[in-house]
Amino acid sequence: MRGRRTLIAASLSFSAVLGVALGLGLYTFVYARGASYLTNDPAACANCHVMAEHYAAWMKSSHRHVAVCNDCHTPHAPLPKYTTKASNGFWHSFAFTSGEFPDPLRIKDSNRRVTEAACRRCHGAVVAAMDTGHAGARTVACLRCHSRVGHL
Amino acid sequence: MTSPSTPPPPRRLARLLLIATAVVAVVAAGVAALLINILERKQEARNPFFRVVEIDDRTEDPAVWGRNFPQQYDLYRRTVDQVRTRFGGSEAVPRTPSDVDPRSVVARSKVEADPRLATMWAGYPFAVDYREARGHAYMLEDQTFTERQRVVKQPGTCLNCHASTYVAYQTLGEGDIVRGFERLNALPWAEAKEYVRHPVSCIDCHDPASMQLRITRPAFMEGIRALKAAQGVADYDVNRDATRQEMRSFVCGQCHVEYYFKGTEKRLVYPWARGHKIEDMLAYYDDIDFADWTHAETGARVLKAQHPEFELWRQGIHARAGVACADCHMPYQRVGAFKISDHHVRSPLLNINRACQTCHNVPEEELKERAEEIQHRIHDLRDRALDALVDLIHDLAAARAAGMSDEALAPARRLQRHAQFRVDYVESENSTGFHAPQEAARIVAEAIDLARQGQLALREAGFRRP
Repeated sequence: MRGRRTLIAASLSFSAVLGVALGLGLYTFVYARGASYLTNDPAACANCHVMAEHYAAWMKSSHRHVAVCNDCHTPHAPLPKYTTKASNGFWHSFAFTSGEFPDPLRIKDSNRRVTEAACRRCHGAVVAAMDTGHAGARTVACLRCHSRVGHL
Repeated sequence: MTSPSTPPPPRRLARLLLIATAVVAVVAAGVAALLINILERKQEARNPFFRVVEIDDRTEDPAVWGRNFPQQYDLYRRTVDQVRTRFGGSEAVPRTPSDVDPRSVVARSKVEADPRLATMWAGYPFAVDYREARGHAYMLEDQTFTERQRVVKQPGTCLNCHASTYVAYQTLGEGDIVRGFERLNALPWAEAKEYVRHPVSCIDCHDPASMQLRITRPAFMEGIRALKAAQGVADYDVNRDATRQEMRSFVCGQCHVEYYFKGTEKRLVYPWARGHKIEDMLAYYDDIDFADWTHAETGARVLKAQHPEFELWRQGIHARAGVACADCHMPYQRVGAFKISDHHVRSPLLNINRACQTCHNVPEEELKERAEEIQHRIHDLRDRALDALVDLIHDLAAARAAGMSDEALAPARRLQRHAQFRVDYVESENSTGFHAPQEAARIVAEAIDLARQGQLALREAGFRRP
């Protein structure tokens, strides 16, 4: 019966550790206003001071009345949208906590593709005639020339 | 029923629990790190700075300001760094200290590296000692100990841009900085030096009450007022009318400009009353028949171009795009939750990431190559212009020695004056043309033409090279 008692003790200890971690995680989630990241509110993106200038620039940009951060930086469909949010949320937390990130910030290729698709979701009719590349190879990118319409 | 090779279930479970605990511990540590990081940033954002000392309009010592603004002060102190770039900057050259000059480190001598400069400046103190410019931290020390001090008696005017003079203006002018400026100019250099203690300091650019940028140099206030008047803007008061972004260049333009000392009172004047381009300034000098000195070899009344970074930048594409001096020379950087401007003022080529890549989304190496290619072209052109100018100087000297009259020499001397001011303009400007590449190329190309025209003028007057 000694084995069984050890088993119970070990499981209880693990539950305690798990509980502490969970509590810490929940506290951090609330403290860091985690729930706000599930919304569409652009102010949520500027919770993090690193985004303050982008947020300020967006407020003065031509797109402020028609698009919020999520319209250009996340896909439209719900599942990819929250997957993108989760992935960026994790990597941003990781980068800013570890301090390992380029300054000035640089967009990653995967995120650039999301934004490029977002341009075309609204302006597709206009740019269809310009897309002269062969199938699959996009030689023209909206962001190459219009990288500042959303923010600097 | 366990086989001897596999451990009994409780032990396997124990190992599993141990691994799971370790994983949870790592995740918890990561979450804790994130939490602390967010906490720190929030704390930093709440207190932009701690006022530990009171700063007022007579606080000259940057170390006192530094107690309230340690991050900016820390960066400001780094202007002691001596780092070379391809065409400028300064590297530390050791020297043996002497009684008259206790410096153990100086920058490379430009007149020794290129003797043509000594020919251009013959009869002027710059021919004796002229070095690569070091960082702001050295401005007062380098002026105190340059050999130029020993060959001429300089006026206090020089200190306007070699020291923190705002408090000295107040002391000398009994509260009126313009009167203080006039009195400082009129003093002999050594006497004027008694009134200053620091190289350019916080108070020279910042209002101590609001920390906003502020012009403290009367010469700039008067110069920009004259320039605006020439452009049709009456009664321009720079501290009242300039925008914040303009101020981020104007504070630098207080010193990084072309200037001359007017009259016996040695008033510091920026020659902008007709405009900002080199022709405007040259026409201004011609109008008042001003000369810095008479050339020792040719007898021409010539001009010394100073360091017209501000004027040349105004002709370039960056100025046109609204980019200020501070955007490239003091780019913003992130320190914790803050964005502060880098008070380690230096060449953008030593800080390409923040200085250039904020706007130019191009690899660092490519940007560096582009800048250096521009500088290389201007440097080559400037080389040819110096050759042409030295040829003219030698011809003029020979014609003079051969007994040609002042009247016959006059056209060539005038061409020397105009060619020389142009070569010197690009030579003394501290960007090797980068601040406005096309304008710089135009200026040196004209200098080549004017110098060769001068040689032709001598031949038309009957000069034959022996």
